[in-house]
Order: sequence, then C-alpha cells, then structure tokens
Amino acid sequence: MSIAPLPVPALTVQHLTVAYTRAPVLWDVSWTAPPNGLVAIVGPNGAGKSTLLKAVLDLVPRLSREVRLFGLTLDQARRRIGYLPQRASVDWDFPATALQVVAQGRYPRVGWLRPLPRAERERARAALAEVGMAEFADRQIGQLSGGQQQRVFLARALALEADLYLMDEPFAGVDAATERAIVEVLRRLAAEGRTVIAVHHDLATAPQYFDHVLLLNVRAIAAGPMASTFTAENLARTYGGRLSLLERAVAAAQAGTRPAPPP
Amino acid sequence: MTVADALLFSAGYNAAVVALGCAAFGLAAGALGCFVLLRGRALIADAAAHATLPGVAGAFILAALIGWDVRALPLLLAGAGATAALGVVLVNALAGGGRIRDDAAMALVLSIGFGIGVVLMSVVQSLPVGGQAGLKGFILGQAAGMSAADAQLVGALAVLALLLVGVLFRPLAALCFDRGFAAAVGLPVRALDLALLGLMLAVTVAGLRAVGLILVVALMVIPAATARLLTERLEAMVPIAGGVGAVSAWVGAALSATLPDLPTGATITLVACALFLAALLFAPRRGALAFAARQAMLSLTVARDHALRAAFEAAERAPGATHRWVELGRGAGWSRWQRAVLPRWLAAAGWVRAEGERIALTDAGLALARDLTRRHRLWEHYMQAAGGLGPWAAHRAADEVEHTLPPEVAREAEAWLRRNDPARLPAEGALPAPGEAPTAPR
Repeated sequence: MSIAPLPVPALTVQHLTVAYTRAPVLWDVSWTAPPNGLVAIVGPNGAGKSTLLKAVLDLVPRLSREVRLFGLTLDQARRRIGYLPQRASVDWDFPATALQVVAQGRYPRVGWLRPLPRAERERARAALAEVGMAEFADRQIGQLSGGQQQRVFLARALALEADLYLMDEPFAGVDAATERAIVEVLRRLAAEGRTVIAVHHDLATAPQYFDHVLLLNVRAIAAGPMASTFTAENLARTYGGRLSLLERAVAAAQAGTRPAPPP
Repeated sequence: MTVADALLFSAGYNAAVVALGCAAFGLAAGALGCFVLLRGRALIADAAAHATLPGVAGAFILAALIGWDVRALPLLLAGAGATAALGVVLVNALAGGGRIRDDAAMALVLSIGFGIGVVLMSVVQSLPVGGQAGLKGFILGQAAGMSAADAQLVGALAVLALLLVGVLFRPLAALCFDRGFAAAVGLPVRALDLALLGLMLAVTVAGLRAVGLILVVALMVIPAATARLLTERLEAMVPIAGGVGAVSAWVGAALSATLPDLPTGATITLVACALFLAALLFAPRRGALAFAARQAMLSLTVARDHALRAAFEAAERAPGATHRWVELGRGAGWSRWQRAVLPRWLAAAGWVRAEGERIALTDAGLALARDLTRRHRLWEHYMQAAGGLGPWAAHRAADEVEHTLPPEVAREAEAWLRRNDPARLPAEGALPAPGEAPTAPR
C-alpha cells in the first residue's frame, strides 16, 4: 500500500525583494502557489506583478530571495516551466513566421544548434492549431492582428509542455474571440493538473477565469482561493482608497456580469 | 588597369587577393549586420568603430618605440580591437548604472574615442619613422595599399566570424526576437550577447583597413536594411545581406583600385547605398513602387465596386437598365484618372457591354455586382445590428470596411448576424434588403 505523496507547491517564494533603482518594486514577498489550478496575480499598476514573474525566472536581479519551483531551484526545474512574456515586449516586425516563433518552444528540448526535426516541427504546428492559428503558420508575425499575436505567444508557451506556466497579462489587448480561446486553453491546462500563474488586470473577469488569487501591491496583501480572498475588503487594501468602484466590481463579479460603466 | 580587370581578378595576384578579402569582409559584415540591427546594436557598433582609432595609433606608437614594424597589420588590428572592446565596456558601464541614457553614453564614447585617436595621430606624425601615411587609410579606407597578406588576414577574420554566425544562428535569432523568453527557457543570453558583441568587434576590425573606421558600420547596417526590404524571413535575410555586402565590397574595392584617389570606404558604401535604393524602390512587397501600385489598385477597386453597385441597384429597379459612363462615374465619385482607366478595365474584363451610346451589365458583371451589393448590405446590417448605427451612418461605415477587411472577417460578421439577428438575413440565395430596412429593436 502506498501513501499518496504530499502535493509539492508549484511555486514558493520567500522574502523576495526586488529594487530597480531606489524604491523597492517588490518588498519581502512570501507566497506559496497551490500545486495546480489557475492562479491570478492581481494588483494596481506598478504593483510589481510582472516583476514577480521575472524575478522567479531570474530575469531581473533580486536583492534577496528564496524561490522554489516544485521544490527545486530554477535551473533544476527549468524544463517544467513555461513563460509567456507581455506581447508588447518584443518587436513584431521581426522577420519570422508564426510557426518559427512557436518552434522556439521546442528547441529547448532538442538543442538550439541544429535544425528542428520534422516530428518537433509538427508538434509546434499542433500547438498553433490548438489556439486556432493553423492557417496562419507561414505568415510573418507583423502581419497578424494583436489577438493573433497573443495566440502565437500562447502556442509557443504550450509547445514547451510545461507543468507550471507564468503568463504576463495573457488577456491584454485581445479581442473577445481570442479571450475565449485563451480561457479554453487555460482550463484545459488546469484540467491536466498543470498550474498557470497569470498577471491579470480585469477585476471583473478574474473570479470567473481563476481559482486562486494573489493580491499584490509591492507586498503580498492576501492570497488564497478566489471565493474567500477576492473580497471588497482585501481589494481595498490592495488598491487603496478607490472603494466605491471596487465594490461595484466585486458585486458585478459575484453576480457573474461585467460591472456597469461609471455614470 | 580598368574596372573590368579589377572586377574579374585579372589585375594581378595582389589585386585579386585584396578584392577577395574585401568581398569576404562584406559577406561577414552583411550577415552579422542582420543580428546587430535586430538586436538594436547599430549605434554601439558605430561607437566601437570610432573607438578603434586610439588603438591603431597607440599600437603604431608602441611599435615605433620598441622598434617593431610599424606597418604590421596584425599589431595595428590588435590595438584597434582592444580599444574598441574598451569602448563597448565603457558604454555598458555608463548606461548600466542608469546615470546616462544609452544613446548619450554611445555618443560620448564615440566622440571621446575618436578625439583621443586624432590626438594620438598627431603624435604619430611627429615620430621619426616612416609609414605614417598608411594610417590615414584606417580612417576612410584604402584597399589599394593592402598587401596580399593583409587581405588574407582580413579574409580569415571574416570567414571565422561567418562560421560562428552560422553555428549560432538559431540562438542568436531567439536572443534578438525575445531575450526574456530565451533566458527563461535556459539559453545563456549574457554569453550570447557577449558573442554578438565579440563578432561585431571582429568584423569591425576586419573592415578597418579596407572600409575605414568612419564607414565600417555602414556595411553592417545597409546590407541588412536592404535585405529586410526584400524578405520576411531571417533565414533568407542573412544570406541576402551577406550577398549585398560582398558585392558592394567587391565592386567598391575594384572601383577604388582603378581610381586610386577614391577612398575605398566611401566607394563601397555608395555601392551599397545604390543597392539599398534599388530595393527601396523595387522590392516586391515593401518597395515604394509596389506600395504605390497596391494603393492605386485599391482605389481603382473601390471606384469600380461603387459603380457596379449603382448599376446593380438600377437593374434591381428596372431589369436591363442601361447607363452612360459619365453618370455612372459621377455617381461613384470617379477621379479624372479613374474615368480614363475604369471603362477600359470594365469592358476588357467583360463586366459591361456597349448598347449603342449606352452600356449595360453583362451576366458576369451582374453576378459580380450582385456579390458586391450583398457584401455591402451585410455590412450595413451588421453595423446597424451590432454597432447600433443609424441607416446612413451604417452605409458610410460599411463603405469604409467592405473593401479592405478580408473575406474571413465578412464571414464572421455574417455568422454574427445569423446568431443574433437572423431576421436581417434573407433566405439562402436571396439578397438582403438594403440596410435601411427596419427591424425589431434589439
């Protein structure tokens, strides 16, 4: 008879502090992500949400840190981690096709110095098809719409076949059809037992799309299951004074609709 | 020696080797230039090139002091590489702390490096050894004075750089496109950035003798920019840029070898510029002519569609209606050149036939006009139903989108109507009513 092992948290950060020049962007953040499911990082602009993802991936210098991914260091866990950067962080005029961008998600497995084997190329193609972009495989990425570009980025992340995905604003500036497609993919990833940690801006949709939440504003304000954590009180602590607007967002979210526009 | 001799390697062994060495440098500079440009490193390459001058002059002075051969190219290039590398380090140190902006740091290093170099050059002039005249070639380039051994050294450097670019092609591409992702999946991005800088320095140093430090950056930037106009794929862009660089260097070196007063660097750069201009005008997709042709075609198509739709709606009211070109063109807002072109196009395509003084739609013209009218009315309905526009605004909005949005978007709009407001869609095969048709409020 075997005993089921305790689930290892996908991500643990302890006493994480990041400062770019003067004031810290993240201050003493300690947080343990659940072992699987969809997790939103929510907070105001400049709260350090993107920086948290980058610090976990060692893309920005950390002042102090203790980051564990599945109980391992980043280098040990590298193959199990997928990253989806902000769409605006790259130059889309780059001379590459959608398929070539997605193929970047396969090279880490086969090595970067030789051409991608046919089978791997097909897997990249399958990842594109999964986000509904199969027919755009050979199009130069600058000739895609914003939503299509976001799907290409998502397909590249999927091609990594990771167990933990760190996504920086996957829903930023996309059309409704793309938003639905992304949600579908995220749900499938969660159903397969994977973890997705995504920076999310839209308070109205956060409770619909995600199971867990980390409320962040330089410090970790609150974290836990969406239902018990995404409260007006916690949001007020995260966002500061703008209470009335937030209460409306929470009420609307609980009612399952989008908030009414301000009068 | 004529230009043809120089181009065809029949101007003697030395000239042929020099031409080949220059071409090899052009090939490497063009290929590497793609990555330099895509990584946004063109300015730092220019700063590094200018920072070679103190190295060249310093190496000369050092050699004169300890009694070595002051004209030994390897020594001078080693000095150039050392101060250029120092310049790059200085740019990173100045900009890295956030004290000065990147562009200011590069301009600073460029001018300081060049300034120190010019001062050292005046020291060089005062030294009691020969060979000072050769140093001038490092500023503006002078391929004519190169020995076969010099050219072989340059060629070897270039080939080495080219091989490394080939090996590192995919990692460098990933680095240039998305450094954050590359780092996240475990590529050694710092080492790759260093490798790119190192290759850039090697190519810069290799080009000094032939092209000169002021213009060496041109052979990294111009061929890459030319190639980008011609292709949308990096794996095509790199060989094209290499080819443009090689041809420019070869032709430019041959021209300046024939006319010894012509500085090689300027000649090579001007040849590259000519190729760039040709690409700018004639590139199949990104070229200026192709762009103008696409614009003209679009405006012609829009004018045609308007006229055909007007003719179709007239035929709806009175089957077999005939028209006069003048009225049709005025109604559709044809400009003067469209009035000259469109009647010929419509007749040649078989969409209209003459009926005495007047014209009528043929069956093919009627079918096309019907499709166009259907598309326009679908968009009108979509604008009214989904966008809540009034009939007139919907008509204008439909006019703006129907010619440019791809057919798959039109199908999406139709599918939306089918789901949300099917009353606006008629039975299969029939035309929707004009957009003014009233429907139930949403």
